[in-house]
Amino acid sequence: MQIVACIKQVPDTTQVQIDPVTNTLVREGIPFIVNPYDTHALETALRLADDLHGRVTAISMGPLNAEATLRRALALGVDRAVLLSDRAFGGADTLATSNVLAAAIRRLNEEDEVGIVLCGKQTIDGDTAQVGPGIATRLGWSQLTLVDRIVNIDLEGRRIRVRRKLEGRHEIVEAPLPVTITVVREINRPRYPTVPMRLLSRERQIEVWDNRVLKIDVRTIGLKGSPTWVSRIFSPQRDMGELIGDGATDPAGAAKLLVEKLLSKDLISL
Amino acid sequence: MNQQLAFALLTLLAAAAFCVLTWRRLSLVRFGKPENRLDHFGRRAWDMLLYAFGQKRVLARPFGVNHFVIFWSFLILLIANSEFIVSGLLPDISLRLLPDYLRGPLLLMFDVVSLLALIAIVLAVVRRLLFKLDTKYVKRRSVEAFLILAFIGLLMVAYFGIHGSEIARGQEPLKGWMPISSLVAQFSGDGAYESWFWWLHAVVLCSFLVFLPISKHMHIMTAIPNSFFARLEKPNTQPREEFAAGNTYGAGKVSDFTWKDLLDSFSCTECGRCQEACPATATNKALNPRQVIHSVKMNLMANAAALESGQEPQVPLIGPEGEATNSIEAIWACTTCGACMESCPVLIEHMPKIIKMRRNLVEMKSEFPDELLNLFENMEQRSNPWGIAPTERTKWHTTMEVKDYVAGETEYLFYIGCAGTFDARQKAVTVAIATVLNIAGVSWGVLGKEEKCCGDSARRLGNEFLFDQMARENVELFTARKVTKVIAACPHCLNTLKNDYRQYGLELEVVHHSELLARLLTEGKIKPTRQVTALGQVLYHDSCYLGRHNGIYDEPRRAIAAVTGAKPVEAARNRENAFCCGAGGGRMWMEEGVGERINVARVGEAIEALGTDPSTVCVACPYCLTMFEDGLKDRDVATIRVMDVAEVVAESLRPVL
Ligand SMILES: Cc1cc2nc3c(=O)[nH]c(=O)nc-3n(C[C@H](O)[C@H](O)[C@H](O)COP(=O)(O)OP(=O)(O)OC[C@H]3O[C@@H](n4cnc5c(N)ncnc54)[C@H](O)[C@@H]3O)c2cc1C
Ligand code: SF4
Ligand code: SF4
Repeated sequence: MQIVACIKQVPDTTQVQIDPVTNTLVREGIPFIVNPYDTHALETALRLADDLHGRVTAISMGPLNAEATLRRALALGVDRAVLLSDRAFGGADTLATSNVLAAAIRRLNEEDEVGIVLCGKQTIDGDTAQVGPGIATRLGWSQLTLVDRIVNIDLEGRRIRVRRKLEGRHEIVEAPLPVTITVVREINRPRYPTVPMRLLSRERQIEVWDNRVLKIDVRTIGLKGSPTWVSRIFSPQRDMGELIGDGATDPAGAAKLLVEKLLSKDLISL
Repeated sequence: MNQQLAFALLTLLAAAAFCVLTWRRLSLVRFGKPENRLDHFGRRAWDMLLYAFGQKRVLARPFGVNHFVIFWSFLILLIANSEFIVSGLLPDISLRLLPDYLRGPLLLMFDVVSLLALIAIVLAVVRRLLFKLDTKYVKRRSVEAFLILAFIGLLMVAYFGIHGSEIARGQEPLKGWMPISSLVAQFSGDGAYESWFWWLHAVVLCSFLVFLPISKHMHIMTAIPNSFFARLEKPNTQPREEFAAGNTYGAGKVSDFTWKDLLDSFSCTECGRCQEACPATATNKALNPRQVIHSVKMNLMANAAALESGQEPQVPLIGPEGEATNSIEAIWACTTCGACMESCPVLIEHMPKIIKMRRNLVEMKSEFPDELLNLFENMEQRSNPWGIAPTERTKWHTTMEVKDYVAGETEYLFYIGCAGTFDARQKAVTVAIATVLNIAGVSWGVLGKEEKCCGDSARRLGNEFLFDQMARENVELFTARKVTKVIAACPHCLNTLKNDYRQYGLELEVVHHSELLARLLTEGKIKPTRQVTALGQVLYHDSCYLGRHNGIYDEPRRAIAAVTGAKPVEAARNRENAFCCGAGGGRMWMEEGVGERINVARVGEAIEALGTDPSTVCVACPYCLTMFEDGLKDRDVATIRVMDVAEVVAESLRPVL
């Protein structure tokens, strides 16, 4: 079985600022990293492949320099890496992005059956959490989102059971294969590449697929295929904080008030 | 004639056994990787004289003189024992062939030395009975120690027995040279027991010979060459690795060590000094440096058959805890403080072996404590341990005017370091240093947003691949900016810039701020406006990477004395013997869940020295600063505060109101 991990190269957003005039992200000189959630998706894929004796293919849509992301995936042990890169893919919103990713997965599926697609829950730059479900929809597969544990896979019955992490509770759900899964960080601790694997990954081939390979209708990809557009990006004004109780004269009372408030907002639990 | 034949047979057997047993063990050293330890012949020979023959480290401890006596008695009595064997085989050949004016003094020497040795042996037995140095695996072997002491003691007794009898029988014309033997003679009757003593001597000597190579007393043969081959530099840097396809990294099996690592393991005297000095052992961690060395020896012997037949070692070097293995926990518990190496009388190198095993875990197996994943990623992606955006490196510049380093215009690059840049408390130290430098008129500048993490933690944690990347980037940056003179506020940065980057061809003149401040005070460029009295007694804590690893002990103390008017108070363990704060070797970034915390233990020593009056611990390292502040909080002590040397000096420059 082939397992596909979708990984995205993102700017290190802790370092990104918004240009107030142009409303765009100031990306100059900002290093790129693998979207942190995707490192967990990749780890899930690698562990599943170990258990199921499957193969992992990592795919990423992005400019040619997104190759670094895929090289990292190779160092971590994926069997194949494909970069989806074409000027025609540029300026994509989540719909157009999932069209390209879904097309690539379909193509991979023709060569070797794809049983599971893994995505991060969301990215740290776009933050929409739409691409995973988007891919599932385009492919007509089930989607299991916010997964924090793979409970069990029944290859013969072709079913998968996972645990979803929701606010304040967990949910165990089951779906037929093939499936698209989006994972949260709690699912695992990603591995760290060994030096021999890193060195090996430098030698390995990363395939680049452009639209001559994927042959997607250009009206459904890139800027043309993106019905959403950004009208304005801005940093919201932060609401004034709230002083809770009188810490100076009644610290115990203030602490009690604070705990109650946090509890009621579900920010902490007992 | 019969006696001669029997003795010949006995010595032949013993000699054969000695040779076979010694060869069996020592020849295993050939399975180590090559390493050049033949350079600087003169310095090596000198070290050997000083440490092996001069017993410098041995003598550094109160009881060391006892060993000194035994060691030199042993060497001197080698002559007497050789004579014993030769004349036992060929009765015509003995020292009696020498003229009396030579033999007389020799006999006197043998007599005196034998007595001294006998006394030393008795003292050693008493000491062994009183003080236990047992660890989990070396209890059994303290029996060995008693056995060897008994052997030596019996040899001395037999010596006096033989010569006492000879004198009693009137067969020793030079008895005037033998005061002690003469005394023994008075109790020897007609000397009829001479042959008993002679055989006792023969049997004990031969047993000793056979026992030597299979016990820890192997060190009698290995300690001297081990001192010759010892590393000449302080253990402040690790060798580079070559990253190429097909290479393996670090030590995952015993044959990954170098021959010198293996020789080390045969040189251990099991004196236990390293274990006493080790902060990890002292606080009940899985690590015991003595056991690390012992494990290498046991592992090598356990795998001897496999190695000899060209197979891979079977008994794991790293694995579940055992006599021949090192547990993962032990390997990660080391703070790389170097106290073990500083104390070892036979110059064994513990810490480099631990780092070699870390390298193997990190680089070959990606096996390390969970906390380190973030650290490595942060260092790789954002070039600082916390993962704070590099763009924030200049945030502290809002507190004062900070200029960029410009080659030719600026004298010193002030390398702030990640802690000085991002850690709230250490930022105050950065500002204190900068302010004092300004007052003293020192020309300094910074790299600002371009400054990168030096990579120290990565290297000590065995992530040499990451360190190599970071070092290359920094060396390139320093070269491009034509940096030659650097002020470092952090001993770890200092050590890395000064000692590690040299391997990359970058020779920098790096000073620690405490050195520079001491110099500026001496030169009168810093003129204190007041004497610092408000801090109470000031205790100086040695940072391992400043002190043991770089030999800077006096300068910070001088700076403190210059502004407080008094020599700083010392903790019970100080300077070369100082006890680590617990943060070195990347331990700063790891949990410390087992046993007492090292910083809490060290704080205890400081409290003991300072008492309960308001006082100050003065540090010279950002890690020590954090560790002491945390440790004091842990112990709920509010009377002691922690300050950097620069802050103490800055106190003296405050305008008098
Ligand atoms: C209105 C709008 C306009 C935009 N305009 C532009 C633009 O002009 N130029 C531009 O560069 N970006 C633009 N973007 C950003 C871009 O569309 C999104 O980053 C992209 O569609 C992915 O969405 P996301 O980052 O929210 O991913 P999410 O849906 O949050 O990601 C979920 C998961 O999907 C997978 N995934 C997402 N993207 C990829 C990918 N590219 N390759 C592989 N796997 C992936 C990953 O596993 C990820 O964890 C725009 C976004 C929006 C919302
Ligand atoms: S370097 Fe320090 S912590 Fe490590 S083994 Fe030696 S004494 Fe112990
Ligand atoms: S390694 Fe050195 S200090 Fe430690 S027990 Fe052996 S000889 Fe003593």
